Amino acid sequence: MQYFVNVTLTGLTEGMVYAAFALALVLIWRSTRIVNFAQGSMAAATTFIALALIQDGQSYWVALVVALVSGFVLGAVVERVVIRPVEGGPELNAVIVALGLFVAIQAAIAIVFGSSFQSFPTPFGLEGFQVGDDRIALTPTSLYVIGSVLLVMALLVVLFRFTRVGLAMRAAAFGQEVARLLGVKVGRMLTLGWALAAVVGSLAGLLIAGGEFVYPAYMDSLIVFGFVAAILGGLDSPVGAVVGGLLLGLALSYVSGYVERGSALVNVAALVILMVVLLVRPGGIFASSTARRA
Amino acid sequence: MADPRPHGSTAVPGGTTTAPAALEVQDLSSSYGPVRALDGVSLSARAGRITAVLGANGAGKTTLLRTISGLVRSSSGRVLLDGEDVTAAPVEAMVGKGMAHVPEGRGVIAELTVDENLRVGSLFRGKVGRDEFDRVYDLFPRIAERRDQPAHVLSGGERQMLVVGRALLAQPRVLLLDEPSLGLAPRIVAQIFGLLRRLVDTEGLSVLLVEQNARSALSVADVGVVLNLGRVVVTDSARALMDDEDLRHAYLGF
Repeated sequence: MQYFVNVTLTGLTEGMVYAAFALALVLIWRSTRIVNFAQGSMAAATTFIALALIQDGQSYWVALVVALVSGFVLGAVVERVVIRPVEGGPELNAVIVALGLFVAIQAAIAIVFGSSFQSFPTPFGLEGFQVGDDRIALTPTSLYVIGSVLLVMALLVVLFRFTRVGLAMRAAAFGQEVARLLGVKVGRMLTLGWALAAVVGSLAGLLIAGGEFVYPAYMDSLIVFGFVAAILGGLDSPVGAVVGGLLLGLALSYVSGYVERGSALVNVAALVILMVVLLVRPGGIFASSTARRA
Repeated sequence: MADPRPHGSTAVPGGTTTAPAALEVQDLSSSYGPVRALDGVSLSARAGRITAVLGANGAGKTTLLRTISGLVRSSSGRVLLDGEDVTAAPVEAMVGKGMAHVPEGRGVIAELTVDENLRVGSLFRGKVGRDEFDRVYDLFPRIAERRDQPAHVLSGGERQMLVVGRALLAQPRVLLLDEPSLGLAPRIVAQIFGLLRRLVDTEGLSVLLVEQNARSALSVADVGVVLNLGRVVVTDSARALMDDEDLRHAYLGF
């Protein structure tokens, strides 16, 4: 029983990070119909910026804020400079550009920060809490991970539901032409959407790095998991992305915890889940009832 | 060009011919790729008037509206809004200059609720009092009942009410309407046209109405402009166009 609880807690914590990363993918997909394959390396870039600051003696929190701000700037610049020219064109163009950006940023990280493994600190402990006589797999760091992802999600809900900018962003995402006719500066809203998505992606990158080793490609598996989580949720639904992330986190944790040599099967399991979902429910678990043209 | 003689209220300040043109289109041309869609179109839409643009499918009616609002860039000619040259103004700026364009196919944002759709229409104005929304809901009680539902549940007629209401929240002086009657029951068309007539008469709005359904458009309009192959064939009062049997047979299909 205790083992089950521990495996579940690990799954939920990991799932929160997948959820955040999936959310970043969904934010961009909803507004520009582009799967941002470069999201992982963009997040890695900001994590390395944070690491450089920490190694320079700055506190974790200063580094975190600087990393999130640079994520915002990076997202905006990428949309304006790289993505804008291919927006609205053939979908394949955007896919190729995003993949190229993924490789280019990863190479840039290796050039600037080196490609060796470096340990990334976490501001909280990695030792599980004591419950009775047992130590459970819930650590202060996992609480920090869960809490910060929940906080970001709550902020996004407030932004999109209750603010004028959020309404303008949704209008720009769902009805570009109408939004322009109604005076919404659609280009600016799309840039802002990419910038916010990059902040959320960067947060996921920083959280997954905490207490682990980072290297230029350390986000590669997270982008696979985040993508699967986003597909699980339907790619169009922020709520779906969060639920998909948690489900995937749990599923992968059970695979790794209960299947013999399961930890080696985690990547395979993620792809099997992806295939099953695409076969059984191609629109994702949360596919919205209204079909909508890209 | 024939003198437009509106059949509606003639008690507009400034008389019928000297009423200022809220929207003035001068020699406007535009193309879709190599295809010239508008070829030197000139017309004016006056305050307190409904100006109907009529013609067959492919005559350039929709392109005319899209070029006026800047969705399609003109290759030559000018668009004046209350005398100001807005030909090169960005699409996003037009609503702030007093022009609202309700595009073909209604332009409801299906993923937003009815109320959110209305709010998008007033976003550029900053904070807008709740009473203005209530006024739109009073005009269209049917969408008031569904204000918190996603707009994709609305019927065709309700969608038309929503987009007209949304355009009104932008407080335009010039309203461009593209095929508002498309796919709607005659009763609903009459209701919407009747409402437009009231707004035009009471608030001095200028409406530029594009319609394939020439008969019902002319029944509500003051002035008719007939387009064919991107050119203006004739501009006359709606009544005169109604009475011109040859013209009706040749261009308006009734």
